[in-house]
Amino acid sequence: MDDAAVDDFAVDGNAIAGLLASVFGAEMTTAVGTCGSCGAVTVVAELPVYLTEIGTVVRCRSCYSVLMVFVSVRGMTCVDLMGLASLS
Amino acid sequence: MAGTAVRGRLTWQTATVGPVTDETPHVRTLSLSVPDWSGHRAGQHVDVRLTAEDGYQAEREYSIASAPGEPLAITVERLDDGEVSPYLTEEAQSGDQFEVRGPVGGYFVWEPDTGGPLLLAAGGSGVVPLRAILRHRARTRSAVPVKLLYSSRSWEDVIYSSELDLPADGVEVIYTLTRHQPRAWKGYARRVDEQMLAEVAWPAGQGPLAYVCGPTSFVESVAAGLVGLGYPAGRVKTERFGATGR
Repeated sequence: MDDAAVDDFAVDGNAIAGLLASVFGAEMTTAVGTCGSCGAVTVVAELPVYLTEIGTVVRCRSCYSVLMVFVSVRGMTCVDLMGLASLS
Repeated sequence: MAGTAVRGRLTWQTATVGPVTDETPHVRTLSLSVPDWSGHRAGQHVDVRLTAEDGYQAEREYSIASAPGEPLAITVERLDDGEVSPYLTEEAQSGDQFEVRGPVGGYFVWEPDTGGPLLLAAGGSGVVPLRAILRHRARTRSAVPVKLLYSSRSWEDVIYSSELDLPADGVEVIYTLTRHQPRAWKGYARRVDEQMLAEVAWPAGQGPLAYVCGPTSFVESVAAGLVGLGYPAGRVKTERFGATGR
């Protein structure tokens, strides 16, 4: 909560609880993500999230790196977690 | 990183609209009947999916407005450029059906044994999950003291005003009206700032727990203000719904 990168258009991880549960099969907003770029450890609910026409982008609160990307096409959700060092 | 094991699946279920309540000119509460609803916790969400005749689907996540044990209800603010909220706030009628899945979310939830004292801070329709928490507190006869600081543009925009006018014992509601105030208004008439928080919020020494929900700029400002007053960041739960709709 100390970082200034979050702009007014970002929602947060609470807003994708359903998407995350459908992808991971479990409640994930209380999980903790570790940024693969800066190492910041943040509960998923507090991560800035951008809901766009193309897909959903989850960023790091500290360094703003892209942590997760979700793109849904014809009922299939493609998931990119390359920005995360860990999620648990 | 490696994938996570799949435990269970959220499934879409059919919800039937029950009684509908207009809360303000732009905000409506819909009771929903979902036969296999598993129950929910105060502060959780439900996903709504609408399907157009041509098959186009739009999904949105909404905070649940009712307490655990009460019929499922959502309170929706109309967003002029929304894909889902105009239908829910203007067209949906008792008996209509659409799909929901949930409950979802586990972070912005409150249970009586979570404790307090509670500071609830709402910007606009951010009051919805906080209302579920207030109702849950009342239904469980919790004695946790609560202050609700509720920021609205005007008195006409206050959601649940009749309910909040008669708060339960131990609940204090403090309004700030940021744009228009009724004549002879004696309450706050500005955006929530550190001075207001210092006057309203429980002192950090009492070990308070805060829930802050609203537009992102509101949440960032209130959460930073509370941390400035000595609230540990881990005792300030936040939920941001982006830019304001109107």
